[in-house]
Amino acid sequence: MDSGARELPVGLLTLQGDYAKHEAAFRALGCATRGVRRPGELEGLRCLVIPGGESTTMTRLIDRVGLRGPLRDFAAQRPVMGTCAGLIMLAAGLADEAPEHGVRPLGLLDCTVRRNGYGTQVDSFDAAVEVDGLPGAGGPFPAVFIRAPRIVRTGPGVEVLARHGGEPVAVRQGHLLGLTFHPELTDDLRLHRAFLDLC
Amino acid sequence: MQTFWTDPLRGEDFGRKVGLAEMLKGGVIMDVTNAEQAVIAQEAGAVAVMALERIPSDIRKSGGIARMSQPAMIRDIQKVVSIPVMAKVRIGHFVEAQILEALGVDFIDESEVLTPADNVNHVIKHPFKVPFVCGCRNLGEALRRISEGAAMIRTKGEAGSGDVVEAVRHMREVLGDIAQLTTLKDNRKALEARAIEMRAPVELVAWVANNGKLPVPNFAAGGIATPADAAMMMQLGAETVFVGSGIFASDDPGPRAKAIVDAVTFHDDPKKLLEVSMNLGEPMRGRAVNEMAEGEKMAGRGW
Repeated sequence: MDSGARELPVGLLTLQGDYAKHEAAFRALGCATRGVRRPGELEGLRCLVIPGGESTTMTRLIDRVGLRGPLRDFAAQRPVMGTCAGLIMLAAGLADEAPEHGVRPLGLLDCTVRRNGYGTQVDSFDAAVEVDGLPGAGGPFPAVFIRAPRIVRTGPGVEVLARHGGEPVAVRQGHLLGLTFHPELTDDLRLHRAFLDLC
Repeated sequence: MQTFWTDPLRGEDFGRKVGLAEMLKGGVIMDVTNAEQAVIAQEAGAVAVMALERIPSDIRKSGGIARMSQPAMIRDIQKVVSIPVMAKVRIGHFVEAQILEALGVDFIDESEVLTPADNVNHVIKHPFKVPFVCGCRNLGEALRRISEGAAMIRTKGEAGSGDVVEAVRHMREVLGDIAQLTTLKDNRKALEARAIEMRAPVELVAWVANNGKLPVPNFAAGGIATPADAAMMMQLGAETVFVGSGIFASDDPGPRAKAIVDAVTFHDDPKKLLEVSMNLGEPMRGRAVNEMAEGEKMAGRGW
């Protein structure tokens, strides 16, 4: 990546979800952020984060405001990180998904995910996961899984960075990073820093 | 850094409970009474649905005791949507809460819309795996509910009225109380006095004084009926809105639900608000809160 991009703000998809938590994480790392709700707002960003939230809601809003094509074009050029619902939006496809729920991923990261893969909120959990290539020391990452998706297939170009119970929970394909959990809900900034290293 | 919700005294799962509330930010939570309405809500872009047998405006009309909904009706809704499903329990009714937890609902609303089951106590919410949301009219009430384990706070407003005036009053009260408290943050004695007045734990009062916000998400509910109402609550500082009777007691539930979702996302953009407010049918007729007898109001329930 060109070094000039490092001066640009980090973009946050602010249609719905916990984007304020990501904003706080990047601010703690000394980065400016900018919200994106319209196609033109993708101009001049260093990278983009699709936050946690509801993928049904995000799908509808992305399509209503005409962001589907622009988001795909952006991801071809610049790094994108998706956490939980954000990973669902990045995925190539969904497993066992009723079409009437109307979730349509962007088809960018070559993996298949199952939404609400562990169950409802009473099945949400925390786990310490070993993540490959995290900057600095600090041991396993405190991962928070909330109505989390499960990654049931990864394509040949996809690198698995972390597993839980043998299944991938953090994946990378070039400058695209997908997590089934929520680093933004903890005070551990290592994954946000690792993402910035891709930009 | 020790944040309020990672305090181990509050249970190791409190962070996950608040975490789900974080995921619902910037969205609309809609009351639905059957599977068909739940599908309409999800299609419109709701972030969650509240499953209940009668919307608050119908509870007002029909009278009688309003209780937890039939579990079979909630299960039918869980089957047809993939967004979180919430359901209500009566204030203090911890067994209704146990039943809803066994059913696997995603959030429980301990709600003044139902007839209270305990005139003194609310449910102690920390021991449950499922998160709770509770209503409030002011900061003291919010902090008492948070100390019992509520992972989300909402204004009470006046449910089923279609009149936003009480939701506005309650949001301004909470935010005004918080602003006032921040001026006392270096005055331990004053904080202790406020804690006694508010019947809330002093460490929670001190946390709010230091941080200038609630330690859990702060949503709006009670009387929101139009895209403009929803956007107004967001501009006042709500982080998400609940719409109860406002959608399915209106002439055009689907388009209205969608317009309210868009109004929340673009709550700070008047041109967009104009666009989404166009060509909607009649909103719910509603009843002015100022013309209600005290006994008709639901917001006074809760201790």
